[in-house]
Amino acid sequence: MTKDRSFSAVMARKPEIMKSSVGIDYDVFESGSIAFDYERMMKETGYTLQEIEEIQKETSVGNTPLFELRNITKLARKYAAPGKGARIFLKDEASNPSGSFKARRAATAVYHAQKLGYKGVISATSGNYGAAVASQAAMRGLKCIIVQECYDSKGMGQPEIIEKARACEAYGAEVVQLSVGPELFYSFLLLLEDTGFFNASLYTPFGIAGVETLGYELSMEFREKEGRDPDAVVITNAGGGNLTGTARGLIKAGALDTKIIGASVSLTGLHMASDEQFNKKSFTTGHTGFGIPFATWPDRSDVPRSAARPLRYLDRYVTVNQGSVFYMTELLAQVEGLERGPAGNTALAAAFAIAQEMDEDQIVVVQETEYTGAGKHINPQLTFAKENGIKVLIGNPADEVPGENIILPENPGKISIMDLDVNKTKKSYIKNCIKNTDVKKATKEDVEFMMADAKTTEAFVLETLEELGVKVETEDK
Amino acid sequence: MNAIKGDWVRIHKIILKVGERAPNIPEDTQKVPLEMWDKGFLLNESANIGDEVEIETYIGRKITGELIEVNPFWDHDFGKAVPELLYIGRQARELLEEGEKHD
Repeated sequence: MTKDRSFSAVMARKPEIMKSSVGIDYDVFESGSIAFDYERMMKETGYTLQEIEEIQKETSVGNTPLFELRNITKLARKYAAPGKGARIFLKDEASNPSGSFKARRAATAVYHAQKLGYKGVISATSGNYGAAVASQAAMRGLKCIIVQECYDSKGMGQPEIIEKARACEAYGAEVVQLSVGPELFYSFLLLLEDTGFFNASLYTPFGIAGVETLGYELSMEFREKEGRDPDAVVITNAGGGNLTGTARGLIKAGALDTKIIGASVSLTGLHMASDEQFNKKSFTTGHTGFGIPFATWPDRSDVPRSAARPLRYLDRYVTVNQGSVFYMTELLAQVEGLERGPAGNTALAAAFAIAQEMDEDQIVVVQETEYTGAGKHINPQLTFAKENGIKVLIGNPADEVPGENIILPENPGKISIMDLDVNKTKKSYIKNCIKNTDVKKATKEDVEFMMADAKTTEAFVLETLEELGVKVETEDK
Repeated sequence: MNAIKGDWVRIHKIILKVGERAPNIPEDTQKVPLEMWDKGFLLNESANIGDEVEIETYIGRKITGELIEVNPFWDHDFGKAVPELLYIGRQARELLEEGEKHD
């Protein structure tokens, strides 16, 4: 019996394909309304932090070096008010096998796939996660397929994505490359169905729990080094997993006062699913094109319920322009002697500005770096931008228009951040909860869930529901 | 004849034609097909560029598509000179040498 392979038929089989490829029955965590039991999902399908440390140790993941960026701190202080300018630290996640923090996420997912007896793993990613899954699969002797959105309709691809494809192949994976479009998910489902492989999604509880060790490690290292937890951690935010996992790890360590700050590259105005605009952006991850939609609706991911829920944890969300991130990448090499990939330095560019708001004796941490190489480097990425008609200018980053120009700050003092209105994001999230579940009346449980999921007050949730014309069920129904 | 059985090749395939694409995507993307590229060992006895062929991928899957390249290789690099970046290191070093005086 051959199954119908048409787009609509395959999409309709999504629930059964998901269930058999992730090994999680998500239905048991559902309330039937908006709410689902997030903590129970994390607990029952994940691993304890200690178990994950053991799993990651098996493949030499984690325990990456922590650097104090003394020269960059010194530069930030030149532009700060007297007494201001926090010490900036950097967790060198590029030291993981496969060259990024994604090894932490992949380590648990691939371990779990092996434990359940899957012969191979599949992941849909154009980012560092592909190489991470491929590398972990190589270590554990599993087969690996990576599905990438790679080229526009002219067959032109971002050098950054092409390098990631090369890295996956280097680890023995098959790389399926696709042109622009969200129907990548259709091809992904077909591959899962055809092969019976494990869906090593970025958004399962295993993947997110894998990042918890990063937050935990940070807290332990700072207590040992400085006798206290860092005051703020700045996290490059795209799908929300890096932020969620790190924050959960910090909480597990008891670092409850550490501020969690998300940072994304601003790509305002560019449409992510547009064939023509695909190569007008100069960042393929860590940008607002992922960061905002995933924050306002985490369950758009490739599993029924995403374990990455950034609004639950973030205290502040800032954006930086593309030029400032390229600038920081060059600066990190020039004055700190660390040549790393651009996308991972998004949070560093933000931290440079945030440090100037903080006191001199405070500590701000950038919790990741990524590897650099051909394609995935400021030079080829800026060359590619120019070849796609983007102007590279030196001036005021505030004037940058994504898709038209990239503005490098004329001096480090010009690096600035834009605060996103987090309440607006939370409102959009609540709106999406209603829209996507089509619930006419919210339950009391729903209200509590949305309060936790958006880290907000009851009054805020009730007020937003009222604006949307959604009633709340009273207890004595 | 461009390739013989066992050669490492790259293929191309249309996954969704124009008109078959998801309804909620931007107009410019609707106007083009969803395409796929993959690599593997040629299973046909021989083939020319443009032929419909079958391959075995590196992990052992058998798939079909149009033969587009024999012995495909990566040619991404470190790009061209980007003189716009050259001020960054020199300026930062000068600033650091000035010391920590506030301006």
